[in-house]
Amino acid sequence: MVKKLITEDTKLFMTGNEVIAYAAVAAGAEFMYGYPITPQNEIMHTWCKLLPKTEAGFLQTEDEISAGFSTLGGILAGKKAFTATAGPGNVIMQDAMSMAEMMRIPFVCAVMQRGGPSTATVIYAQQETTLTCFGGNGEGYRIVYSTAGHQDLYDYTIKAFNTAWKYKFPTFVLADGYQGKMREPFTAYDPASRGINMIPATPFLRAPGTAGVDRNPVHMRNTFNMEEELMEVLDSYEEEFQRIAPELEEYEEYKAEDADILIIAHGIVARSARTAIDELREKGIKAGLFRPITLRPLAVEPLRKAVKRSKQLLFTESANGQMARMVLEKIYGLTTPYETLYKMGVGVTGDDLVQKVQSMNGAVAYK
Amino acid sequence: MPQLLDIEPRLPQAQNKEPGASKFCPGCGHGMILKTLAFAIDELNLHERTVFGCDIGCSLLSWNYMSLDSVQTHHGRTTPVIYGVVRARPDTVGIAYMGDGGGLAIGAQHLVNATVRNEKMLAILVNNTNYGMTGGQMAPTTLPGQITETTPYGRDIEVTGKPARGAEMVAAIADPEKAFVERASVSNLRKLRTTLKKALTNVAEGRGFSFVEILSVCPLNWRTNNVKTWERLEEMESYFEVKNFLTPKELEGVK
Repeated sequence: MVKKLITEDTKLFMTGNEVIAYAAVAAGAEFMYGYPITPQNEIMHTWCKLLPKTEAGFLQTEDEISAGFSTLGGILAGKKAFTATAGPGNVIMQDAMSMAEMMRIPFVCAVMQRGGPSTATVIYAQQETTLTCFGGNGEGYRIVYSTAGHQDLYDYTIKAFNTAWKYKFPTFVLADGYQGKMREPFTAYDPASRGINMIPATPFLRAPGTAGVDRNPVHMRNTFNMEEELMEVLDSYEEEFQRIAPELEEYEEYKAEDADILIIAHGIVARSARTAIDELREKGIKAGLFRPITLRPLAVEPLRKAVKRSKQLLFTESANGQMARMVLEKIYGLTTPYETLYKMGVGVTGDDLVQKVQSMNGAVAYK
Repeated sequence: MPQLLDIEPRLPQAQNKEPGASKFCPGCGHGMILKTLAFAIDELNLHERTVFGCDIGCSLLSWNYMSLDSVQTHHGRTTPVIYGVVRARPDTVGIAYMGDGGGLAIGAQHLVNATVRNEKMLAILVNNTNYGMTGGQMAPTTLPGQITETTPYGRDIEVTGKPARGAEMVAAIADPEKAFVERASVSNLRKLRTTLKKALTNVAEGRGFSFVEILSVCPLNWRTNNVKTWERLEEMESYFEVKNFLTPKELEGVK
């Protein structure tokens, strides 16, 4: 067991990367495996700095491939292990993530998005949305929380461990370089003080007793002989993923109830949208926000309701519609027209959104 | 009087009886190696502490071959999964079982770094000079002139370089006081058992990295009969020196 750092509510002012490390400790994470890549490095810097106090474990591996696979090894051995990555590291870590998906290993990873494709920028983007939700050669049986600031980073990192260990689907905290590198205040707490019971880790391999003598040996595989054998397994995953979706779906609405123009944004861009909405409301334009917090699974019913009651939609992202594609599929059949404001690998500001919304047909000022 | 076929074969405790007959091709070396490994685990009484990881390639068929907690991984990724397990639970005797492709091509970076970091695990690399599962392509260990599906006119070392010598590479970068590195062969299973016992003991005692390269046979892809198969193995043994490269002094008494 790792030692707790935060025993009572504490107001802290630090970078998002540091927040994730503190939250992982609060969640009882016992081991981090990692490989350096900007902009997520300070997660492991902080984790390593805290090691004498937490008595947790750390291994710096030779690449993200091995960071991912050794994280799986640590989890199989019964430790709450996690990793973090970004950009091209997220690309090559998909190898391990797809194994977690197939073998239902409670893999936890923080993704601090940077520009893409390729090496691109080390700074910021929302271009790993599709990759994090649907990467690998599978169907995207993953749970993805998209955070919009430091309290979120703390809350959802803790939640990610419980979600992963409860449902045994790989779970992601999807943030970005802006959140990772900027400082803002948040309240750190002991999860127990919020009534959150952390689910204990149990070993997949090396459970008590001798395999084949006291108990059956555990034989974990990801290779199947026949097509139907695979389909049977995946059908059961699909059924389970659909069944648990209502327990997992999270979203946030801001002044969406009476909005003529509904901005649909996730992550840090949703923060800009809130600023814009306040300004637009002052100008008499009824704008509102729908922000999916879980990108996998999406909160489909609330989303459809919000879309249905608004006159026009605005999808905005620091990517070329990666979230919008996921949303559009789920609002099929609704006829609300939409426009887009996409800035690939660049932040979307409140001003950007104010100008954009004012230019839209649905933006009728009532003042 | 008992009929010959009614007599149960003598199997090591660490081998799983359930799958029945070997799933490997007739004449394959994997079955012999795994059985020898299981006997070595039995002899050292390591059954309770051992975790077995298998690579993709023919090695994947060993996923339920052992009566050990086992995990099948991805091609080349058994080494990081196993050191991940051992780092999290250091009393584990972790075994990463792989072929020459998994160890020396797609997973070479893991083998190099696990060696350099002196990860306390055993990597077993079965060298049969080709990719068996995918239909017999050139491997890093394919002999000069050897015919494979991707070298149909024989391996030209001017084009593809010389065969990779895994044990020599590992020995060159391993900690000479803590690592155990040996090349063995399926031509001598009694000796292989001793080799594996030393390698396992080194890990079980928490000293350091163990690496055993085992020269093996692949009659199906080699398209060789029993005589030619044995000759090929002898040819391999003349190219890849069967010997010990590193033994920590504490292991000298292990027989």
